[in-house]
Amino acid sequence: MSDQADNYRGDVAPGDEHATTLSEVGHYLIGLVLALGLTATSFWVASTHALWGPGIPIGLCVLAIAQMGIHLVFFLHITTGPDNTNNVLALAFGVLIVFLVVVGSLWIMANLNRDMMPMDELMNMQIQR
Amino acid sequence: MNATVAERVGRPLIQDPHRLGHGGDGGDRAVGHGDGGPAPKKIIVGFGFWIFLLSDIIMFSAIFATYAVLQGATAGGPAGSDLFDLHNVWVETLSLLLSSFACGLAMIAAHRRNMLWTQLWLLVTGVLGAIFLSLELHEFADLIARGAGPQRSAFLSGFFTLVGCHGLHISCGLLWLGTMMAQIGARGFRANIIRRLMCFSLFWHALDIVWVALFTIVYLMGAGK
Repeated sequence: MSDQADNYRGDVAPGDEHATTLSEVGHYLIGLVLALGLTATSFWVASTHALWGPGIPIGLCVLAIAQMGIHLVFFLHITTGPDNTNNVLALAFGVLIVFLVVVGSLWIMANLNRDMMPMDELMNMQIQR
Repeated sequence: MNATVAERVGRPLIQDPHRLGHGGDGGDRAVGHGDGGPAPKKIIVGFGFWIFLLSDIIMFSAIFATYAVLQGATAGGPAGSDLFDLHNVWVETLSLLLSSFACGLAMIAAHRRNMLWTQLWLLVTGVLGAIFLSLELHEFADLIARGAGPQRSAFLSGFFTLVGCHGLHISCGLLWLGTMMAQIGARGFRANIIRRLMCFSLFWHALDIVWVALFTIVYLMGAGK
């Protein structure tokens, strides 16, 4: 079974490793260093007052997305190679749904908050009727 | 026409380099409906678990959206900036990241069929995960003791649901990790156990990705306001 899997050269599973030497450890180390750097930057950005306030959430989002990319590439071994097509397509679909759920919820609820009558006035109307 | 070009170059032309059709002139021996027959079980299990992880992340996205909508609904109670201790969150983040790294090293050792290093790195993974979990539980107990429990406001309900759901995943992951260590110890590196270990490492790395979104949106953005 494992021989069959090792000699197989079609698709790869997510998390599968390609290299046969211990250079793989170096791959994880690069990922760890990059992730640590991005995390430290995020915490520094959030706690410092040196930066322009309204820009901080955008900066934090960019740093978080970059770090997720680092995790996907260096820890989960998702690549753009031909053997990863299935994994990347599934990931793209997942990202699409996540985007729709989060942005759609925030958009709709912000509109409701803005347009709907405040709750106490609504109660008053029902009592008067 | 194509054939003559291929002859001049000296190797067959690959018309479908990304193998979307899984066959044809690329000479691919893979998957499912193509020439090569079904893929090995390791590939199928890994892909299936990847689909599960993505659906789990979609579930998290619904809880994230709920939290984001309720973030301002503090009902006169404490807001995030009054409650969150970023030093604690930094230590949690470090321990989870290093735990993910140790899990990767355990997978490398398992592929080399090295029992000692596999068990050692899995133990490091588990210890760091337990440190993360105890810090989180300590934070929860502290918040509840200060009267900022999940009943206090919609914001805090959302907070405890989101962070608690991630913590619940970590707890399940730790149970799974203990089971895997026992199975590897008792039965050795059999193909089915290696597949389970691969799924566990995917699960653990995915939880770290969810934590990245969590500490950014909940703690860093919440503490900044």
